[in-house]
Formats: sequence, C-alpha cells, structure tokens
Amino acid sequence: MTIRIVSFTGSNRTPPRNYPPVVIASKVIQEARRDWWFWTYAGGFALLAAAITVTATQHRTLTSSGGFGRALASLIALVQLVITLMSLTLGARQLSSERESKTLVFLLTHPVSRTQVLLGTFAGHVAAMSASVLLGFGVAGVFSALRGNPIDPGLLLRLTALSCLLVAATVAIGVLVSTLVQRGSAALGVAISVWFCMVFLGDLGLMGATVATQLPTETLFAAALLNPVEAFRLATVISLEGSLDALGPAGTYAVDTFGRGVAALAILVLGLWTAVPLALSVQVFQRRDQA
Amino acid sequence: MRDLTDSLVITHPHTERQVIEVKHLTKAYKGRIVVDDLSFNVATGESVALWGPNGAGKTTVIRCILGLISHQGHITVAGFDTKRDSTAARSLIGYVPQEPALYGALTINETLALSCRLRNLSLDLVSETADLLNLAEPGRKRVADLSGGMRQRLAIGISLLADPLILLLDEPTSSLDLDTQRQTAALLQSLKRPGRAFVLTSHRVQEVEMLTDHVIALDAGRKVGECTSKAFTSTWGIQSWLNVTLPPHQAAPAQTRLEAAGYQSQQYGRGVLLQVSAKEKADALTFLHNARFDVLDFEVWR
Repeated sequence: MTIRIVSFTGSNRTPPRNYPPVVIASKVIQEARRDWWFWTYAGGFALLAAAITVTATQHRTLTSSGGFGRALASLIALVQLVITLMSLTLGARQLSSERESKTLVFLLTHPVSRTQVLLGTFAGHVAAMSASVLLGFGVAGVFSALRGNPIDPGLLLRLTALSCLLVAATVAIGVLVSTLVQRGSAALGVAISVWFCMVFLGDLGLMGATVATQLPTETLFAAALLNPVEAFRLATVISLEGSLDALGPAGTYAVDTFGRGVAALAILVLGLWTAVPLALSVQVFQRRDQA
Repeated sequence: MRDLTDSLVITHPHTERQVIEVKHLTKAYKGRIVVDDLSFNVATGESVALWGPNGAGKTTVIRCILGLISHQGHITVAGFDTKRDSTAARSLIGYVPQEPALYGALTINETLALSCRLRNLSLDLVSETADLLNLAEPGRKRVADLSGGMRQRLAIGISLLADPLILLLDEPTSSLDLDTQRQTAALLQSLKRPGRAFVLTSHRVQEVEMLTDHVIALDAGRKVGECTSKAFTSTWGIQSWLNVTLPPHQAAPAQTRLEAAGYQSQQYGRGVLLQVSAKEKADALTFLHNARFDVLDFEVWR
C-alpha cells in the first residue's frame, strides 16, 4: 500500500447551509434503510396488517359491524401493540448503542450542539417509523381493495396521521430511556418494560382499579389520558367512528363533557408525551459526559 | 478549503499567540482524579506532544478540549471557551481518535459527505479528500468492511475536511500494525503547515520526535516535565524505556531491587519504568521474574 503525501490548499467555495438536525436525521434514515432489525420490524408490521385486513374482510357477515370497521379496529390494536414496541425499542437503542460503539463521539466532535444531535436522532427515527406505518397501512389498503371491500382512504389517512403522533411520543420516551440508561442492553430492557406497562398494565390496571375502588368516571378518563397509548385509542376511535361508545362509561363521559374536542384533547396529550420526554432528554444529555 | 487562520487573527487578536489555553484543568471520575491541575498553552502553528504511559490522562485532556466531558478549570480554543462556546471551538478542530468509531453501515463517501454536511462544507471535498488519501477507489465500500489502516486514513481525511486550525491526534497509530504505523506517521507529518497547531498524545518516542516541537510529560494526570522534542531523549535520558506493569503493592519493592541491581528505574503508572539498552530488556524481565515479581505486562518505548 502506498500513501501519497498530501497537501491541502485553500480554495474559495460557497459553503452550503445545512441544518445539523436534518443532516443527522438523514443519517438515521440512511442507517435504518440498511438495518436488518428495522426491515424485520417493518416487514412484520406490514405482514400483520395484511393478514388482519384479509381476515376481517373474510368474516364480515359474521359480525354486526362492517368488515372494514373490524379491520380498522384491529389495525388500531396492531398499532398499539407493534408500533409502540418498535418505536420504544428503536428510540432506546439509538443513543445507547451509539455511545457503546463510540459513534456518538464522531458526531459530538463536529461543530454541532448536543441538542441538535438529540433532535436529529429523534426526527430520523420518527421519519423511519412513520414510513414503516405508511408501508403497513398501504399494504392493508391494497389488500382490502383486492378483497373487494376497500377501507375508506380518508379513514386510513387519519389513522396513519394519528399513528405517526403515537410514534413521535413513543420514540421520545425511547430516546429519554437511552439518555438515562448508559448500556444498550439495559436500555432495551427498560424500553420493553415501559411498553409492557403502557400496553398491558395500563389497560388492565385501569380496569382493575375501576372494579376494586369504584373510580369515578372522570378520574378513570383522566387516568386513561395519562397513558399515550390510551390517548391514541381515544383519538382514533373518536376520529374514525365519531363516538366513544365502544370505550364504555369513560368514553360516554368524555363525549358528554368535551364533545368532539376529546380528539383535540387526546392529540394534545400525545403532543405533551412527545415534548416533555424530549425536553428531559435534552437536559440529561447535555449534563452527562458522553465519552 | 477555507483558511481560518487569518480571519481568526482578525476577530480574536488574543489568539495570535495561544490557540489553546488550558488552565488548572482537573477531571475526576467517581472521586478518582485522572487529570490534576494541569495547565499548558499551545501557540499558533506549534506542535505539542502529551507524552506518558497509559492512564496518564492524555486522552482525558483531549476529550476536555473537545467539550465531550465536564471538567474543572478553564480551556479556550482560539479564544472560545469550550464550556460556553464548544460548538465554535470544535469548528476549528480536526480530531483523529485512537480507534476511529465510524458508522459501519455507511460507505467511505457517505461518511465523508456526512462530515461535510455537519460542517457546512462543499460536497466537492468528498471526492477531493478521498482522492488525496487513496480512498477514491474503495469509496463505495462500507466502513465495516475496511481494514484498521484504511479506517484510520478515513478518520484523518475527516479531520482535514475543514482545513482545521488545530489537529488533535489521540494516539493515532497505536492500534495499527508497524508498517501502517510508519505510513500513517509519515502522512501526519505531511499535514503540518504554518499556522496549524498539532496536539499529539502518544507514548512512542519516535512519533513524538517526528511530529512535534514541544513535549509535555504526564504521569497520573500531573505534568511531570516539559521540554523541546529535540531535547526530549536527552532531558529524560532515554535509551529505551521498559515499562513494566506489576501488581500495585509490588511496584515499590521492585524498584528498590532494580536500583540495587544497578538499573536506573522509577515508579511509573502502574509499575516501574526502567532505562535499558536494547540488549538489557530481556535481562531486566528475567531479573524481575527470578525475584518473584509478577510481571503482568510490559512495553518498550523508544
């Protein structure tokens, strides 16, 4: 191997104006496109979405509601389970694995602030996960059309948009986990525990608490809003069905009290679940040694 | 590429002489002090070596200058306080780490492009830099598939993209094989130019003599000596140094026994450092072994 002795000489070029978070987000998307785990997640989600659509449209005569209604309800449940898990674990893996592989040092030795690195990482993951949601729902839409019972594209778009809001909230929580927990494997474990609490314990805990303590309806509704997954369910059901009857007394209370504004309230909650963890992450990330 | 030196002299008149100022730098990890009240300056165009054994605090000093870790004391880079204006300070620095940590999924060209974008530099520099460092041909190879030497060349290329005023070289050859070490050292020497400051951390005497003008010797985070690199070997009386790592409780008795046997030695780092001729290296190790000291590791410095 030979190395030519180099000499860098000055030349005048007009430097482009890049916004570092956008550059870092592009890098995250570029990596996701080549990440085996990401395609396993995205492919799995698309496959499940297709299977749900086919099954729901096949048995529509056995149910009182329409086949596409069942399909949408199942897709909402799928987002609550799968997309939440994907977003949390990908968000939690990113900074901690970058810290372990020392690529974080590569970024931080450039003239970018820690806030920019964190926001860029967050934005990149939200974009990659949103693309995955779009792929899954696109597959569901195509399959429902092929089965001769197409899902209303407007409803599907609304579901996609709300799912992206849930993605943003759960990626933000994942990023917070990755700033608090130094080791990648530990961050992954914490993220899975958070997912379990949000998806299963949140729902069952609320039901159990209602039965055991006779929680007032307004308290039940307020407690549901504390969970981003429940907030997503409220927002989607009211947006897609127009009522919250399916959610029992808390749903009835919500519609009676807030009317259609319950969707805006749920979306605001999802926004807060995005902003607050991100703000905390920035604080922690700025204070801790990163090498 | 941009030449930042002139504009910096205009906007920061105080930096004409001192481009890096480190004052009373102290860093502790969980109560253990790794850099202890260290002060030094690097002038514009000067090449300074931070020399010392593993654990002397060399890399920690570099990390503090880069603003990667919190610390006590005061560091300025071309007048920019690294605590308050770390982004501005880093825009003037090119950094070559001991083991380049790059994104394995990205190609050489994508890695250079990423660095250009983060520094707001023209993407024309990607092909220019790859060409200059013989990285154009494998430009589409993923970083994960590169050899250690190629990765190090890529890291050097990244550090040079902005034609930086300061190059921080953190043991840039220590993870390379001997042949690649020599080539990389020659490459680094060619990057010296008027106005560009070098800060090199190393425990290799040859590298220090070849690449720097001034040497600051560190031990256990403290400055233990300072001299020009020309006077380096004579100041420290270096023929070859044999750095022997021993269990902590054996360092003092081993040094006493070595002195009694006629070896010039001192306690250093996590063991003893003894001055030996090329032929004496094995004898010294045999002596320690026969005297029932547990030699955990050793290293020859020259």
